[in-house]
Amino acid sequence: MPARSLLTRLRAPLLGLLCLAVLAPACSTGGERLTVYSGRTKNLIGPLLTQFSEDTGIKIDVRYGDSADLALLIDTEGANSDVDVFISQSPGAVGFLDEQARLSALDESELGLVDADFQAEDGDWIGLSGRVRVLVYNTDLVDESELPDSVLDMTDERFRGRVAVAPTNGSFQDFVTAMRIELGDDVAERWLADMAANRAQPYSNNTAIVEAVTRGEIPMGLVNHYYLERALAEDPDLPAANHFFAEGDMGSLLITTAVSIIEGSGQRDDASALVDYLLSEASQRFFSEETFEYPLASGVEPSDQLPPLASIPTTTIDLDRLGGGLARTAELIQDSGLDRN
Amino acid sequence: MGRWGRRRAPKGLTATTVLVALVFATPVVYLVSRVIVGEVPMRTVVADEVTRDALWHTVLLAGLVAVSAAVVGTALAWMVARSDIPGRRIFSVLVPLPLVFPSFVGALALRASVAPGGLLESVLGPVGVDRLPQVDGLMGSWLVLTLFTYPYVQLPVAARLRSLGPSVEESARILGRRPLAVFFQVVLPQARTAIAAGTLLVFLYAVSDFGAVDLLGYPALTRVIYANRVLRRDLAMALGLVLAILALLVTAAERRVGRNGVAAPFERTKRSLTVPLGRWRWPAFAAVVFFLLNALAAPIASLVHWTRRGFSSGSLDLDQADLWTPVLNTAGIALTTALVAVVVVLPVAFLNVRYRSRVAGPAQTMVVAGFALPGIVIALSMVFLALNTPVLDRLYQTFPLLVAAYVVHFGAQSVRAAGVAVSTVPTRLDDAARMLGADRWRRLVRIDLPLMAPGLAAGAGLVLLSTMKELPATLLLAPTGFETLATRIWGSTEANALAEAGLAALALLAVSGLLTWMLVVRRADLLD
Repeated sequence: MPARSLLTRLRAPLLGLLCLAVLAPACSTGGERLTVYSGRTKNLIGPLLTQFSEDTGIKIDVRYGDSADLALLIDTEGANSDVDVFISQSPGAVGFLDEQARLSALDESELGLVDADFQAEDGDWIGLSGRVRVLVYNTDLVDESELPDSVLDMTDERFRGRVAVAPTNGSFQDFVTAMRIELGDDVAERWLADMAANRAQPYSNNTAIVEAVTRGEIPMGLVNHYYLERALAEDPDLPAANHFFAEGDMGSLLITTAVSIIEGSGQRDDASALVDYLLSEASQRFFSEETFEYPLASGVEPSDQLPPLASIPTTTIDLDRLGGGLARTAELIQDSGLDRN
Repeated sequence: MGRWGRRRAPKGLTATTVLVALVFATPVVYLVSRVIVGEVPMRTVVADEVTRDALWHTVLLAGLVAVSAAVVGTALAWMVARSDIPGRRIFSVLVPLPLVFPSFVGALALRASVAPGGLLESVLGPVGVDRLPQVDGLMGSWLVLTLFTYPYVQLPVAARLRSLGPSVEESARILGRRPLAVFFQVVLPQARTAIAAGTLLVFLYAVSDFGAVDLLGYPALTRVIYANRVLRRDLAMALGLVLAILALLVTAAERRVGRNGVAAPFERTKRSLTVPLGRWRWPAFAAVVFFLLNALAAPIASLVHWTRRGFSSGSLDLDQADLWTPVLNTAGIALTTALVAVVVVLPVAFLNVRYRSRVAGPAQTMVVAGFALPGIVIALSMVFLALNTPVLDRLYQTFPLLVAAYVVHFGAQSVRAAGVAVSTVPTRLDDAARMLGADRWRRLVRIDLPLMAPGLAAGAGLVLLSTMKELPATLLLAPTGFETLATRIWGSTEANALAEAGLAALALLAVSGLLTWMLVVRRADLLD
């Protein structure tokens, strides 16, 4: 093959490379833009960020990713970080940054907007919206009457091998952390061990559990409530429903999503403006109506298909009070063998 | 026939190789530095029963997958590249495609088709099959990973078979050897280096995979790393280092097996041998079809099912979906990465095969081992490198650094393919050109590159398909707002918008099918 034809073949990729080299500097961040790392995906928060920019003229650079990975990224960036605001899908990831002292305290005026149960003890992050833990079940395979009032009863013999859990997933880990705070490490440890002994089946995340339950592969699973809402929006005929545990039971814990401002943010005022906007009535209405979540501020009510917020147990994650910190949660889950069933 | 590997290496080549190896060492250096500052000593990690169990599970699964993918990949490569099986042109595009499924969505879709309550059950119901077996644990992970990784063997082996001249096989046949005997006595020894190279990639991929094992509930080491990456970071990093050490050991061991392959006699030929299968022609066809039904049609069926569901309920809107941007982004970045990956590893491959060098072996081991690390470790290490190096910090979250991260992660695929390609160039051609006064660059362009083209293209194809589905580095290192099909699929899956995820996954499949055809298959046909 002559050299010329080889070059011809490489022409397209070479052009691509050239384009990228030209485009790269144009895309680099900087200046007066607000940098947001969001553990909530675009579907769940993008429209609000766009609206904020339109309303205020403050341009936002947003990076979507897994909350845990973004928290690690912010910590690895260290003092060089350009990030102003971190939005987390769960308290675990934002709690990690809190532990690393990478967050700065929010204004009193902001903290006052949301119940003290839904914010960090030190005021470094604040809840935006909440999802309630539920038991999703297949209505063809399970009769609602056989479902328990308490998540603590999921260790019962009659649920042997029939319950899906997501031990590697953030929201399950947050649930266990809350259980440690409210009921103590001993209760949490025993519950995990009993669930493992009862052959609870490990799945990767809420999506996978809901998919498996609607298919009938496993009769029920512990998840956050709104995954089923989304599945039903795509296919209303799916044979599945959410079972809410009794009022005040740990099983129906509210898991909050959170917003925080990174320590050393060069755009403190704009960052605060975004936090205010996310707590405003318009945003809270979005969480209620578009994402089927519990709004946590501005007096907006959740969908009337959900149990009222007052009946849902909540807990503050106070890192100083949590012996062994968040790490102990991971340790308890691992030692239970739940993810090895 | 002369052998490579006797000459002294040119200084420039050695220096370049060392530089490349240093960049590829970034993840390991990062892990070591984290473990040093961390509070979890390696000694306790290695002694811990949980680590040992997880490590054993990982090695067991990776070993099983490597063996099955080697057998399946070699068989498919031979049937498609060498036999007169019906439909081989279409098969040559379809067979490599399962590689492009990101494992978290591929495994989800495959399971939704063939597991209990899935689409297959509704098809088989009327024939009396009520309940299919679970797809999970070791067996499920073995099955799923084999179905999605055999192209690591199939592509390089097919490239190798195409570059082999027909004369030895023809002689064997004329001497009365039956086709099966020809395959085992003639074809297999000549393809051995390619098979070993691909099998190593499969093993390392299975070691690094998180998406499939997490979904299928298999307690591999990557699951422990991910579950702990934030809550117990020091432990996760130490476990990452355990994976890196495993990868380095396995890679070094494979070098001993893979290095001394049987060199094929060189033939300058335009034709390649087609083996008539006779009465086995249709059974072979049925076998390939059955295999593709599992690896390709089953996951696609779920993706189509989800997408259709979304359209009919109105939750999915094609106008709003805006697939063009992620499609073009994905194709552009993957093509760039494939090209860069092939160029960057060429010095390593040349030094390794052609010269006596003490740095070549360790350099190649370093390049290959990076493939066994979880993507998040690679991504964080590149962040660490960029932000702590003067000049480089300006590249943070720009395309050059993103491409560098991809290349560090996937360079293993091109370096092994390049190694095989370099070794197929006969020394005497190079010697002849040298005596005729051709300088090094002229020999490279006129002799080496053209002869190596099929092998290099196979390596580029592997990098291309891998880059298209890459997730962690893309999410953390891409320029702000740069959306690929993989990040779209991930975001939709996270929000349980399966219709959106399904549509994007189908687009990913279509783009990779087109690119595979253009770059790998059509090229190979031209060379036939």
